[in-house]
Amino acid sequence: METNTPQPAGTFEPRMVAFVCNWCTYTGADLAGTSRLTMEPNVRIVRLPCTGRIDPLFILKALERGADGVIVSGCHPGDCHYTSGNYHARRRFAVFHDLLQFLGFEEDRLTFSWVSASEGMKWKDIVDDAVARVRALGPFRGYDREAVAGSELAGRAA
Amino acid sequence: MTIGYYPGCSLHGTGREYDESVRAVAGALGLTLREIDDWSCCGATSAHSVNPLLAVVLPARNLALAESAGMTDVLTPCAACYNRLARSEHAVATNPELAEKMPRLLGRPFSNSVHVRTVLDVLRESLPVIKEKTVQPLKGMKVACYYGCLLLRPAEIAGGDDPESPTFMEEIVKAIGAEPVTWNLRMDCCGGSMSIPHAESVVRLSRAILEDARSAGAEALVVACPMCHSNLDFRQQAYTNKGETTLPVLYLTELLGLALGLNAESLGLKRHFVSPAPMLERMAVAAKEAV
Amino acid sequence: MARIGVFVCHCGENIGRTVDVPSVARAAQGFPGVVVSKDNKYTCSEPGQAIIREAIREHMLTGVVIAACSPHMHERTFRRVCASAGLNPFLCEIANIREHCSWIHEDRGEATAKAIDLVRLAVEKVKRNIPLETISIPIERKALVIGGGIAGIQAALDIADGGREVILVEKEPSIGGHMSQLSETFPTLDCSQCILTPRMVEVAQHPRIRLMTYSEVESVDGYVGNFDVTIRKKARKVDATICTGCGACMTACVQRKVSNEFDEGLSKRTAIYTPFPQAVPNIPVIDQMKCLRILSQKKGKQDACGKCLDACAIGAIRFDQEDELVTEKVGAIVVATGYSLYSIGKEQDSPDISGYGEYGYGTIPDVIDGMQFERLASASGPTAGKILRPSDGKEPKRIVFLQCIGSRDRAKGIDYCSKICCMYVAKHTMLYRHKVHDGQATVFYMDVRANGKGYDEFTRRAIEEDGAVYMRGRVSRMYRDGDVIKVVGFDTLAGEPVTIDADMVVLATAIRPRPGIKDLAQKLSISYDKHGFLNEAHPKLRPVETNTAGVFLAGACQAPRDIPDTVATASSAAAKVLGLFSQESLEREPTVARVDISHCAGCFTCERVCPYGAIGHREIRDRQGRLIKTVADVNPGVCQGCGTCQATCPSKSVELMGFTDEQIFAEVNAILA
Repeated sequence: METNTPQPAGTFEPRMVAFVCNWCTYTGADLAGTSRLTMEPNVRIVRLPCTGRIDPLFILKALERGADGVIVSGCHPGDCHYTSGNYHARRRFAVFHDLLQFLGFEEDRLTFSWVSASEGMKWKDIVDDAVARVRALGPFRGYDREAVAGSELAGRAA
Repeated sequence: MTIGYYPGCSLHGTGREYDESVRAVAGALGLTLREIDDWSCCGATSAHSVNPLLAVVLPARNLALAESAGMTDVLTPCAACYNRLARSEHAVATNPELAEKMPRLLGRPFSNSVHVRTVLDVLRESLPVIKEKTVQPLKGMKVACYYGCLLLRPAEIAGGDDPESPTFMEEIVKAIGAEPVTWNLRMDCCGGSMSIPHAESVVRLSRAILEDARSAGAEALVVACPMCHSNLDFRQQAYTNKGETTLPVLYLTELLGLALGLNAESLGLKRHFVSPAPMLERMAVAAKEAV
Repeated sequence: MARIGVFVCHCGENIGRTVDVPSVARAAQGFPGVVVSKDNKYTCSEPGQAIIREAIREHMLTGVVIAACSPHMHERTFRRVCASAGLNPFLCEIANIREHCSWIHEDRGEATAKAIDLVRLAVEKVKRNIPLETISIPIERKALVIGGGIAGIQAALDIADGGREVILVEKEPSIGGHMSQLSETFPTLDCSQCILTPRMVEVAQHPRIRLMTYSEVESVDGYVGNFDVTIRKKARKVDATICTGCGACMTACVQRKVSNEFDEGLSKRTAIYTPFPQAVPNIPVIDQMKCLRILSQKKGKQDACGKCLDACAIGAIRFDQEDELVTEKVGAIVVATGYSLYSIGKEQDSPDISGYGEYGYGTIPDVIDGMQFERLASASGPTAGKILRPSDGKEPKRIVFLQCIGSRDRAKGIDYCSKICCMYVAKHTMLYRHKVHDGQATVFYMDVRANGKGYDEFTRRAIEEDGAVYMRGRVSRMYRDGDVIKVVGFDTLAGEPVTIDADMVVLATAIRPRPGIKDLAQKLSISYDKHGFLNEAHPKLRPVETNTAGVFLAGACQAPRDIPDTVATASSAAAKVLGLFSQESLEREPTVARVDISHCAGCFTCERVCPYGAIGHREIRDRQGRLIKTVADVNPGVCQGCGTCQATCPSKSVELMGFTDEQIFAEVNAILA
């Protein structure tokens, strides 16, 4: 899965990034691993201390660099290790979601969830569900990839 | 001030003196009552015993009529009518799905904008005027304020009063110079509509109420419901034993009317089964002595 | 120039079976900046660690990536390895290719490709890490305990016995709290004051405890290890240094009709008073709202009374005494402020709570609450331990007890259970039977919650040995009929309404947070729930800590609680304090936020969103001392590293070390390359 070259019909596999908080979802994902729950391999996790750290630009950056879908996941309301970070994340996400809708972005590409450290099964379900949805939507072509590739922004990779 | 008026079936029938005294008192206080044109039965006990949706729609018809007539508030003296109308208002206000269906069910536009009010609530609002216009304060007259059930339950529609420890009637009674007694059964059921199917319950419950009022030293019982009045006045003979004194049962508006100087005839006092005449005589004597 | 070392672990078969580990190592060798890339069977083992150490030295690595199990397993281990080899431990990153890869995928090709992406992510991140030093904060090894009930007393004694200084602040004139008002305690029926007063005396005499009674916390500044606390010592109007506690002033006092709070209004006290005979300290206080002399002074009139001045043989009464403000530096704070009770009257402590009109709003004579019953039962109470009716002093032969008054009642605004009432009601029925042998106790209950050690046996004793009749159902109303209280309720097991004639009714009222607790919580930057009970850091695993480092909880200020659990939490909080104090200095993880003062415009949006109040203001001045601007300043000792500030900052002037925007963008680029 090195490049996002056009795939023959029916073999498209989405590339997805997940921004998760260290205390709940990351640990929940660890639990999914310890429990040997098999899930779709399309998701790569970026570990953050808290969903409160998430800037909507991260989501845009992921999409810009070739992701077809993004997952954001943190602690349940009230359980944030840092007390209120997930509330800020929720609010930011709500506003960002409205903006994306306005831009005509397909909502199903974005998943926002609360997964606690004990919810390994839930994490697996969220991953499988998100991947299935994005697979059905096909590759993300909502922007001019060539324009981005040719710009200086592309040079910032690696 | 103008307010919508829903008398209900009882006030046109056995509770006629309640209607008479409400109108008389309203006139004296400068309150204009606009009776809802073409009003119909609130459903009373029958509707809610048979069909919950009917129990909401029947009273709502009257609220819809009031709404189209431009009324914002409706006074309904009968406690049972109040209970049905207020419950309907509350049910529609708290159930958006039901609210959406109402115009179709009623066959007329309806936005549930009319607020239903008790006679206690409306009179309490006019307390300053009542105090001003009281010409014959009922000095030292001891009365037992009886609320019954339907004005206080369920708690969401208690007309603004505290459903566990109401005070509106006492406030009004004090304002006209009378002395409300402290007694225990002021919120206990009189037997309600069991009057026909199970009169023994009425006898037992109403008797307890009268005995308690009597032992608290009351000279009269004050009510705000034609059903209670019927059970306590019409049926009082059935449970008064030999040698016991009867206790007159007055509507709040009748008592209020007396204090406002209205004559007993216009208040419908002659319609009572337990004659209030001895009480009125005592009041007249006391009034003369006071002068 | 980056010189990164990558170490990919087989973890025996755990990773190796699904992920082609050698090919991951080979792929990593080709990443920009990577100078050495190896694979190993068990990287966390001694030989595995040795390989890393060797590689750091040999290749002069500037960063290390371990591709293995979850960082939650061994991040600390590998950081220590780096440190031991002379590489800053924060230049080490973990790629989770086990829990997040080999254990959850089956296709070898997919899993290997994913592992390579994850390693690339970690390499890009570590290239942008900067060396960080753990932050050292000094610690003031003195503790402040707020509240002198059994919780505060226990915590203070444990900390002081552990060798540390304690300041114990109590707002009432004496320590002891509610436990001193109790008659006997369940499940042993120990006399409450008998087990409490020795502890109270121990506190007063302990060389390391400084007791400040009739005092309150005025303000708290600072942070863990370094709190600056201002305490207001309210004026007793009595010189505590010379008062002998002889009590002559109380005998002489003319104002004898003040409602006695200690007896819950069942008796009167004087204006100059000690709350109870065994008060610690046994020094009276003048009630400034009731003292005739002080009232006359307030009105500007001539000084009235003054009988206590005459009565005091050593001149300890000081009407000119003023409140005193004292500042102290402490390293840890234990909050042990206890509880209050739901009122049986109409007025409640919150507009969201309502009273019981159906029970007469407390106006029916001889309807009392549980604490008042304790005072009646108490040998030092208003009736010398006899159960007598407050209205006429007669002995009640029939008492009805109502459980769950306020508690578990959504209609009144409280949905929690108060935990202790089922037990103390059973206790009350037993005390009643022991004192009035022909007395009959009836209890209206919803459930009987007796789940501590010896608790169920205790409640059964009340029923089987002391004849208490337990009736399941609630009381719909009560009223006075002559000399008797009619209790109208429902017996749900028999399915019948029931009216019981009672001589006295005792209401088991809900436990409430203390009034004013929200102000104290805000002073301490700790949070509380919708009722006002203080919040613990984690309900299961961190019950005595708060989200503010250095502030701990003990007792009922956190939730309704009985004495055994209160003592347990107090000792637990003390252990946390002693643990904190036993460190040389406080070592904090340095992955904290840092403000770039050149960009910061001083909007302080970050300050508003920081859950810990870690962001303050810093003035930037020029050489002449003129103020250029005020910028945000992160206190590294308080910052917990969540990053909410960075995501909120409009100019991206505050950065979270280890999770900067640049790093995260680089990580995203890396996995989608």
